[in-house]
Amino acid sequence: MNKNSNIYQMLYAAVMVLLVGSVLALIYMALKPKQDENIANDTRKQIMSALHIAAPDDSKVKETYEKYVIQDLLVDRDGNIVDSTKNVAFDVEMKKNVKLADRKLPVMKCVMDDGSVKYVLPMYGAGLWGPIWGYIAMNDDGNTIYGANFSHEGETPGLGARIADKDFQDKFVDKHLFLDGKFKGVVVLKKGQKSVSGAEQIDALTGATITSLGVSAMLEDCLTPYEAFLSKLQGAAPANDSKINDNQPE
Amino acid sequence: MLSKKNKEALFNPLSKDNPVLVQILGICSALAVTASLEPAIVMGISVICVLAFSNVIISFLRKTIPTNIRIIVQLVVVAALVIIVQQVLIAYNYDVSKQLSVFIGLIITNCILMGRLEAFAMHNSPWPSFLDGIGNGLGYTIVLLIVAFFRELLGSGTLFGFKVIPQWCYDHGYENNGLMILAPMALITVGCIIWFHRAHNKELQED
Repeated sequence: MNKNSNIYQMLYAAVMVLLVGSVLALIYMALKPKQDENIANDTRKQIMSALHIAAPDDSKVKETYEKYVIQDLLVDRDGNIVDSTKNVAFDVEMKKNVKLADRKLPVMKCVMDDGSVKYVLPMYGAGLWGPIWGYIAMNDDGNTIYGANFSHEGETPGLGARIADKDFQDKFVDKHLFLDGKFKGVVVLKKGQKSVSGAEQIDALTGATITSLGVSAMLEDCLTPYEAFLSKLQGAAPANDSKINDNQPE
Repeated sequence: MLSKKNKEALFNPLSKDNPVLVQILGICSALAVTASLEPAIVMGISVICVLAFSNVIISFLRKTIPTNIRIIVQLVVVAALVIIVQQVLIAYNYDVSKQLSVFIGLIITNCILMGRLEAFAMHNSPWPSFLDGIGNGLGYTIVLLIVAFFRELLGSGTLFGFKVIPQWCYDHGYENNGLMILAPMALITVGCIIWFHRAHNKELQED
């Protein structure tokens, strides 16, 4: 048979594409339920990591999560709770929740072992190569960050991918979103730079400028809508505004 | 099993015919993942696996592949293989799949794959092709590890994430060299390794 005839080539290509395509589709369908479960558990792990909780082992992720996260909330931009059905915040697809005008604002309310209440706020933004997302856990004073977790789809390993490292995430702990009663958020800046707004800042990652800026933009974009909600928390919590600590890193 | 020719297919790529140092293939990914040792090792293992198996598959198909569309066929085989590995990992070992996420894309575009499929697997039977894949993957991994060793040590003061430069040095004014983390220094390090390698292998020197 002539291997270089047009008919042979076309048939070869067609058969190959059909074969590979159907094999891939079959594999994808067969593995989908297992994958979805893994992805949901991974999201739970990320949320728990922002709360400094780790599941004892991989089979207990869901159980541990449900023990700590007691309520899901959706709030509006005025800080009112609009929905609190089970898993309503967990099920929000942040990818499709980007437009500011009709954005849902999910909040997960958690109770820690010592009885203190934390609020986890999810975020979603853009890194250098693809999406980045994360969770910020707030103390119930609505001002101090309790913990943070960031993930990414495909940032450069060793550079931008370090936003997923504990070293970077721990820098957010105890930062304040409000200074002197005004919402400032928190920014990621190159070491040595000073933020214009006076917001508390975190050192950017060397060699990962775009990813660092992406994290900063995501923080601003996703935390600002919660301003009213966080202000209300401050009103509810025992007032300790006077203790706001403003010793910024030099 | 290991005739002289097969041994050459397996061991030549380690030094005399190293894919990175001599064939100058796969430089792009060598720059991207060598800022620290851990991703370098993961990338190395992934490339060894994918290269060995795609070499075998192409070698089995080599007599049926029409010359005009051979590159497309090779690409489809590599891409399908990589996607299957990725999907299985997501389902059964999610943590590893997360670490590998970005490498998956980098493997498909790694020119070592296309280079070896085209230069070796298209003309040789499956067993030597398999050995050639393993050999070239190893040759690539070795270079990656050497580059990553120097970049992580001088750039971050760590190896595999563990601090190796004592605090004492930092207290006395030692600073990590941030430039080592950036891509240009990867290229310069590869250049130095090539220089060193050629200086020790007279037959590789060109006039």
